[in-house]
Amino acid sequence: MRDRLIFAGQLLFTLLVAAFLIVPAALSMLAGVTTNYFRGISSGFTLQWIVQVWDLYADTIGRSFLIAGATLVVTLLIGIPAAYGLHVRGGRLARAIEEIITLPLAIPGLAIALALLLTYNGFSDFRRSWLFILAGHVVFTLPFMVRSVMAIFSAIDVKTLDESASSLGASPLRRFLDVIVPNARPGILAGSLMVVTLSLGEFNLTWMLHTPLTKTLPVGLADSYASMRLEVASAYTLVFFCMIIPLLIAMQMFATWGEASGVRK
Amino acid sequence: MMHHVALADLGAPFLSMRLKTFVWLCLLPLAVVVLAFFVLPMVRLMIVGGSGPQGLAAYAAILTEPRYRATLINTVVLAAGTTIVSLVVATVAGLFLQRTRFLGRSVLVAMLTFPLAFPGVVVGFMIILLAGRQGLIGDLTLRVLGEKVVFAYTIQGLFLGYLYFSIPRVILTIMAAVEKLDPSLEEAARALGAGPWAVHRDVILPALGPAFVASGAIAFATAMGAFGTAFTLATNIDVLPMLIYTEFTLSANIAISAALSVGLGLVAWAVLALARSFGGNSVAAAG
Repeated sequence: MRDRLIFAGQLLFTLLVAAFLIVPAALSMLAGVTTNYFRGISSGFTLQWIVQVWDLYADTIGRSFLIAGATLVVTLLIGIPAAYGLHVRGGRLARAIEEIITLPLAIPGLAIALALLLTYNGFSDFRRSWLFILAGHVVFTLPFMVRSVMAIFSAIDVKTLDESASSLGASPLRRFLDVIVPNARPGILAGSLMVVTLSLGEFNLTWMLHTPLTKTLPVGLADSYASMRLEVASAYTLVFFCMIIPLLIAMQMFATWGEASGVRK
Repeated sequence: MMHHVALADLGAPFLSMRLKTFVWLCLLPLAVVVLAFFVLPMVRLMIVGGSGPQGLAAYAAILTEPRYRATLINTVVLAAGTTIVSLVVATVAGLFLQRTRFLGRSVLVAMLTFPLAFPGVVVGFMIILLAGRQGLIGDLTLRVLGEKVVFAYTIQGLFLGYLYFSIPRVILTIMAAVEKLDPSLEEAARALGAGPWAVHRDVILPALGPAFVASGAIAFATAMGAFGTAFTLATNIDVLPMLIYTEFTLSANIAISAALSVGLGLVAWAVLALARSFGGNSVAAAG
């Protein structure tokens, strides 16, 4: 009896916490397709707010995908070789480099954005283009790619793979492309999902770095929260949810699959 | 290092030389990008912080200037409150979810971790939907109490927002730690006659200590630096990130805002470094 009461109490508490997190998200999804949120769902459902969001903010959605894609390409090109280099090099220097590239995770985005602005304010073409935002996103997401690939390198036996390929006379570049990269695939995939999700949702840096012509989706969201009616803001948020939820599910599935196949995370 | 020795043993020292060059080439793009877009800008930020009209005294302004000091205290209290409440909530829920199996448990876990990828601005909007002018709480209180309770744009609303992004993260860490607990210790305590409360107080909670420190530090550092949520909710509330933002954009107090960001960055980094020394993961949330 007492156990049942404790169980019920804990369950109720956990359900309340879940409600606190889920109810507002559900409300926003609902509000985005409700004709009049103030009058409630009895006012009927509509897609007019979604259409309005598309008319007002389509460019921000496109730009967010562009920046996320470019961020992914850059972090792949820089991150995979770097992870390999750091793993093979090892020692104190590699640890120090890893420490430095991980710093952007600890330092608030606002500080990094200010630093970038103060440094590149004079380069007005660069400062005005979306490449400036790309630079910020790369700095912020690179550690996720590098760490995720390095985790795979320490889980699989890179050294034996590398040595057996080298004893066959393969050059370091060939070994890297033909042996190392294919074996690092799980880490590359996990890192990529992380990088794209983070880039699509990045606000703290982007808000400081954007110009009226380089708005991204989260910047547009902040804009709509401040100046649009609740239904439009909700519809916009709904569009954002539709973009990141598949990524989250993929990450979840991938994590389970990774555990099942014995890949250390 | 070991690697080169092994290759040399194969009788191919020239390969090890080639490999060495290749490794450096692998690290070169990383070095260029990190130097250009992180290290140099951060150095510049520190220099700018000390080169305003007040000189290096700008770095002390956060403690000496009453308005900045009040903001700092506000921010620390808010971040500490968020940390404590998140830890309590996450421990109760995390212990329960990891220890019991029931229908719908995995759905509940998924619901609790779903907001992990929300940017701070979206979290702010969630709070508006809960406690804003057209929010759920206002609606319910109007019906039950006859008075509309609206607090999204106050420090309580901000506190709720910080809880919103902290709780999922802390729950994940606590659940992982509970999973690793050694059940034989609890069995031994029970066999020695300890009741359920005593087992929790003397065995389970102390064993979760490192997880508390690690996830608490992440929650604290994230709350200290959270900008997006504050930006959506708290145009009138003095928290450090908003102060930096307004000093920079509205007052054009570039040096002060640079000095304040260096201070904020140092605090966040130090707290996370401390957490990592306890074996935690130093990934902060994007508040």
